[in-house]
Amino acid sequence: MLKSLEEINAKICAGTAVTLTKNEFLSLAAQDGLNEAAARVDVVTTATFGAMCSSGAFFNFKHTDPPMKLKRVSLNDVPGYGGLAAMDVFLGATEPAEDNPRYGGAHVIEALVRGDSVRLKADSSGTDCYPKEALEAQFTLDDLNQAYLFNPRNGYQNYAAAINGTDRIIYTYMGTLLPRYGNLTYSTSGSLSPLINDPYYRTIGIGTRIWLAGAVGLVAWEGTQHNPTVARNDRAIPFGAAGTMAVIGNLKDMSTDFLRAAYFHNYGVTLYIGIGVAIPVLDKEMAHYLAITDDDITTKVYDYGVASRSRPVVAEVTYAQLRSGSVLIDGKTIATAPLSSLFKAREIMHLLKQQIQAGTFTLSAPIQPLPGSRGVE
Amino acid sequence: MVSRRVIITFPAGKAVQPLTYYLVKDFDLVINILFARISPDEEGTLVLEISNSQATNIEKGIDFLRGKGLVVENLAKAINWDEAECIHCGACTAVCRSRALSLDHSTWRLDFDQSKCIVCELCIQSCPLGIIKEAF
Repeated sequence: MLKSLEEINAKICAGTAVTLTKNEFLSLAAQDGLNEAAARVDVVTTATFGAMCSSGAFFNFKHTDPPMKLKRVSLNDVPGYGGLAAMDVFLGATEPAEDNPRYGGAHVIEALVRGDSVRLKADSSGTDCYPKEALEAQFTLDDLNQAYLFNPRNGYQNYAAAINGTDRIIYTYMGTLLPRYGNLTYSTSGSLSPLINDPYYRTIGIGTRIWLAGAVGLVAWEGTQHNPTVARNDRAIPFGAAGTMAVIGNLKDMSTDFLRAAYFHNYGVTLYIGIGVAIPVLDKEMAHYLAITDDDITTKVYDYGVASRSRPVVAEVTYAQLRSGSVLIDGKTIATAPLSSLFKAREIMHLLKQQIQAGTFTLSAPIQPLPGSRGVE
Repeated sequence: MVSRRVIITFPAGKAVQPLTYYLVKDFDLVINILFARISPDEEGTLVLEISNSQATNIEKGIDFLRGKGLVVENLAKAINWDEAECIHCGACTAVCRSRALSLDHSTWRLDFDQSKCIVCELCIQSCPLGIIKEAF
């Protein structure tokens, strides 16, 4: 062990920790060698900013008088889920408004974070405990007792790329795909992405403090569909979607700079979310992972024109090829385009770095590892 | 040399006529095809840059196209990108074949070069934030 997390945190508090963004760490490792970089650097910031459908928020409204149990609930005409205690509501990011498929839960969450007023409508059958039967009110984020984002699956460790082999344009959650291999889209921030930089979840686990849309958040659990057993290349990078994180954070501390509602044509509503994770350079193994480049990350290109769970794999490409702007498949040069914002991911890495340098963000060891973790010895 | 950019809309079934041949041969026009979306039995779109030393020759060529039952409009429409609201994801660049919308590979910011835009409008539906719109 090169450094312990406690030592690194003590340095952060003393203002002496050496913190670099992932890109800065790559430059240093290329210039001075990995051993030198591992010895000199304490923390490396990583980030992603992408569309993450499996997101949503819990709200607790102040009690009415007489009291009411919110049963059927809508927020700006987007149905929420009230099957919880009296004034608790869950709102899913992809839930569409009753009469507008282009507006949904993500837009309501963004509106609240922006400080806008939202219309609550609810009804109930009325009970002895909760006699009130109907409620219609405007509210803002400040009016809520609690409002927190709780996203069941964010920050996928690698993801497939998409292409369209049919003769017509298709509209997917991977964007607009032009016919006859007319373009290729990909998601994830590649070598900047948190779980790519800790491929065996040694430092990212349940209880890890993270940067979530401008707020301090936590990894709450393994994400849904977390699958650490996906085949990996010789740099430990899974060939496709593998690890995921369930994340939680206070909506009241978030910023619309890093939380934005989106609508994918003919697909539906989703939420763009920014996540930053600071990874401690505990030893040479972590430094080795943090030196992973876009050349080391391979992903599969699937034909999204085939509406089946087992879409055909058209090619295997690296993130460096994807980032170059075009790839060669079957002798044809195909333009590539990202769906997650590298610009925003870089911004997040810098903001998180600044917070660590200012001593306002310290690292936390996982309370419990994610499944598939190799742990820290 | 005078140039004009026009959008030609073909009604279904009209896409099989050899138009550019006559524009070149009979009217001595220089034709640059900027964008074409034509498939049999469907309405098609063709964006042309037409050049000649005299504007009247271009007018005659356009009159010829209209005489063939095609709708010819000046490319006066424009695409408006709300830069301040942009998250620079790049989804619009997937469909922008004229490369008017592109990501700067050093900063990864989106850039919009209006002069390259042929107003095919595919970016409007492709923007997840709905901040690319048609402007008149």
